[in-house]
This record gives sequence, C-alpha cells and structure tokens, in this order.
Amino acid sequence: MKTETLASSRTQEIMDLHKARVGRRNRRALPKNILIYAFMTGLAFLFMLPIFWMASTSLKLPREVFAFPMEWLPSNPQWGNYEEAFSKFPLWRFMWNSTYMVVLSTIGQLISVPLIAYGFARFEFPGKNILFMLMLATLMVPTHIKFIPLYWMFQQLGLIGTYWPIILPEFFGHPFFIFLMTQYMRSIPKELDEAARLDGAGSFTILYLVILPLCKPVLAVIVVFSFLWNWNEFMAPLIFLDDFEEYPISVGLAFFQGRYSVEWHLFMAATLVSILPVLVLYFFAQRHLIGGLSAIGLKG
Amino acid sequence: MQFMGRKSKRERTQAIEGYVALSPWMFGFLFFYAIPILASLYLSFTQWTLVGSAKWIGFENYIRMFTRDPVFIDAATATGFFVLYSLPFKLILGLMLALLLNMKLPGMNYFRTIFFLPAVISGVAVSLMWIWFLQPDTGVVNTLLRYVGISGPGWFWDINWALPSVAMMSIWKVGGAAIIYLAGLQNIPAHLYEAAAIDGASKWQQFWRITLPLLTPVLLFQLIIEMIDAFKIFTEAFVITQGGPLNRTYFFLYYFYEEAFRNFNMGYASALAIFLLIVIMSATALVKWWSNRWVYYEN
Repeated sequence: MKTETLASSRTQEIMDLHKARVGRRNRRALPKNILIYAFMTGLAFLFMLPIFWMASTSLKLPREVFAFPMEWLPSNPQWGNYEEAFSKFPLWRFMWNSTYMVVLSTIGQLISVPLIAYGFARFEFPGKNILFMLMLATLMVPTHIKFIPLYWMFQQLGLIGTYWPIILPEFFGHPFFIFLMTQYMRSIPKELDEAARLDGAGSFTILYLVILPLCKPVLAVIVVFSFLWNWNEFMAPLIFLDDFEEYPISVGLAFFQGRYSVEWHLFMAATLVSILPVLVLYFFAQRHLIGGLSAIGLKG
Repeated sequence: MQFMGRKSKRERTQAIEGYVALSPWMFGFLFFYAIPILASLYLSFTQWTLVGSAKWIGFENYIRMFTRDPVFIDAATATGFFVLYSLPFKLILGLMLALLLNMKLPGMNYFRTIFFLPAVISGVAVSLMWIWFLQPDTGVVNTLLRYVGISGPGWFWDINWALPSVAMMSIWKVGGAAIIYLAGLQNIPAHLYEAAAIDGASKWQQFWRITLPLLTPVLLFQLIIEMIDAFKIFTEAFVITQGGPLNRTYFFLYYFYEEAFRNFNMGYASALAIFLLIVIMSATALVKWWSNRWVYYEN
C-alpha cells in the first residue's frame, strides 16, 4: 500500500516535471503555432477557391463572366441572376424530385435497418456469421454492375420512368447502415432485454420500445448519410428515369450543362442552389456525419 | 430433460425470430444482389439488345474484350491510371491533413469543417464547379499561374492533362479521408505519447513508432474503400469530358454506361461489368493479403 503510494507520487512528480517542460516548450512554440495557423489558413483558402469562384461568378454580369483577364469579384452583385436561374431551369421541380427520393429512401432505411440489425445483434441461429460476412461483402460490389438485370426487371414490371427502381432497394437495408446499427446494438446491455422479457414483452416489442429509443445516434447517422447519398446520386436516376421532368437535381444540372454552357453566371447560380441543402445539413449535422464515418473507420 | 426441452424450444424461437428480423435483408440480397449479379454473369456470355431473348455466344464477349477492342484498352488504362494518380495522394495527403487537424490548437474545428466540406458535395456540382475553375483562359488556376509567369495547360481539354485534372479534383475531396484518419488518431491512447516523451523520443520518432503502427488498420480500411471508389469513377467523365480528349478519361464505368444504355449492347456491357467486379474483388483480396505484412493488430 505504502510503496504503491510512493511509486504513484514518484510518477506524479515525473509527470509534473514533464508537463512543466511541455509548458515551457509550448510558450517557446508560439511562433511555430503562428506558422501552423498561417499554413492552415492558406490551405483553407486554396480549398475554398472553387467554391468562391462559383459564388463570385453566380453574381456577375454576362459580360464579366468571360472577362479576360478575369475579375475576382463582380463589380455590382447581380442577385437577379438567381431569379433568372430559377426561371430558366426548373430548379424547384428538380429539387422537389430530389427531396421526394431522399425522403422515401430514408424512410426505407429507417424501417428496415433496425429490424435487420436487431436480428444480427440479438439472435443466435445457424448461418448468422456467414450471412453477416456476406452482408459486409456486398459493400464491395459496385451498384452499377447490377444495373442491366435490374433495368430489365423493372422494365418487365413497367416501372422504368418511375422512382421505384431507385427507391425500392432502399427498403431492404444498406449494408453500411446495418453494420453500424448492429455494432451499436451489441453495445447495449442485454440485461435491458431480459428485464423487459420478464415483464412479458415479446422480442419485437423489446426492439421498438426498449432498444430503438437508445439507438438515436445511429438513426441520426442514417438520416444524414441517406440524405447526402440520395441527394448526390447520379447514375441510377440517369438510367432509370426517362423524362427530364422527373430528374433529381444532380441529373437535371448535368442535363442542362450541355445546353446552356455559355451562361455560366446562371449555371453557377443553379449549381450553388443545388448544393445549398447539403451545405445546411452539413453545418447542422456535421457531428453525426463525422461520428458515423469514424465509427465505421475504427471498426471496419 | 424437461429443462433441455425448454431450452431447445427457446433456441427455436430465437432462430425463427432471428430469421424474421433478417428477412428484409435476405429478400433484398436475393433480388438486388444475388440474382442481378448471376444474371449479369449469364448475360456476359450472350448477345442481347434488351428486346427479344439473349443469344448465347459463349466466351465471345470476353475474347473480343481482350483481343480486339481498343476502347476496352483505353478504358482500362484510363481507370488504372486514375487509381494510380489519385489513390496515393489521397492516402498520404489525407494523413498529413489529419495530423495537422489533430494538433491541440484552438480553432481546429473550423478548419476541419472547411476541409471536409468538398467531400459532401455531389459529383455533378463538383464537376460543374471545376469545369469553370479550370477554364484555360478565364479560369482561376491559370490566372494564378499567369501571375507568376507560367502559362497553364488546357486541363480537361488537354490530352496530357485531362486525367491528372480529374485526379486533382478527386484529391480536392481528401477531407473525407482525413476525417477517418482523425478518428483513428484520436483513438490512440495519450499515455503512449507521454511515456515516449519521458523516454526522450522525438516527435518524429513518436510518429514512426507509435502513430503510424497504430494507424495501420485505419490505413488499410482507407486504402480499400478509396481504391474501390476510384475504380467506380463515372460522373466526372459523364459531365466534364465525355471520355475525351482522345479517350484519355474514358473510364471503365463510363464505357459500361455507353455500351449498355446508349448502344444497348447489353451482353457486351455485362461482360465489362463482370470484369470490373473481378478486378475490384481481386484488388481488394490482394491488398488484404499484402496487409498482413504491415497492419499492426493490438490483440
């Protein structure tokens, strides 16, 4: 007992000494920190340049757009460009379509993922580990290579040109979400289930009344990622939709790019509008996004 | 005995309920993974234009692919070089960025927000932004280069620069990789560094002896994820270059898309898809096998 205290006080002493040394070093390191900040700020400016250039162009007069040498800022910000962009391109329509896809896909994930993860996390049955491995393996398969058979399948069902081919698969759980949810559920103490079971709750009551309320962080991660992925999705809507009235914003913008490639001020305005929802989500839900990525990065 | 019987009954309900819970995934797996992949495999041995029935032609598609399709060579080359150009930069710069962001200095959160931002924007929006950013005459990059007396290349519109330009765009999204590294860095117990500092290890030694070995599992994960992602490049080719100039950015999936949904050569396109799947799976297996030599597992 006594020697232990002695040893720990000795350690404490060393640590204090070390901290003092580090403190001195930190004060000396002040110029170094300024250097780091300067470097980071410069790098941040560099990274933001494409976005700045988009924003600046979106407010320019047509004649300023192709000015040579270029002008960094518009002489007189033309906010009317945004109005014109909205009247020229069916932006509302595209954004509504995207929203529709995003909401339905997210609902699909929220319905299916908890149930599937519950199966993996809480039940013992033959073949479970193999199925789990198989599920993870599907993460490796590029969606694109399934497009031909799926196209044929949905054509037979008369569903090409509708949102079904894009939304329906979302109702069967994305492997990334299933993996996250399973890991999270495994970390919830089993005693909670047992207690509820003793009170007469069935397995699925336990899922929805006991476990799922504890899984809110993962549900938030699912909502954020599902929003991002579906808002940004390009190839699936490009293939499965055939009327530009139905296009989501990603495909819609690409569609117009070929046709109006001279009016870059309007085009940059439209592009900026298209990423606004993502930016808003990003600033408010950054924590969930980073949390989700970190979780899979560390466990994967 | 009775106890045993009860237990096995319990086990049976467990199994039944487990399968019920998994049923959506199993259904999805069957209809959106297993059957489509097997169907693609079958179709890759046929000639089919989506109307009528597929005509079995054996290995003809694959023979054509490997022996007399110059576009296939172009697509494979473009994709391979894109992976080679973008992947190492993304992995190394991502790590360097993460190390910077991991420094315990006030305000690092704001920098994190800024650097991660490009990774969440859609491929189409990013492509449009970069077309405009890299304009040869009026773009930002060439103007900046002109300030220092360099006349910049034609970027996406130059035979030799198109592919590096697309890679550069992809490297712009390096923040996504940095965030995952950052989580890995923050997971390394601080006492290891303290102990090393007491033993007089320099920052440099700490990085090579502690940080890097403990980060290897994250490094492996990143390598696999980013590699698969790089093989799947498509949007940039579709929006910016249409595969040009001279097929230099005719990426594999773009070729697949053109064959399948523009020319309706479903059989040949399926063979392309199967080839890509095999490449991705073998590359992943290879990386995993190779990783046994350098990944450090604590337990």
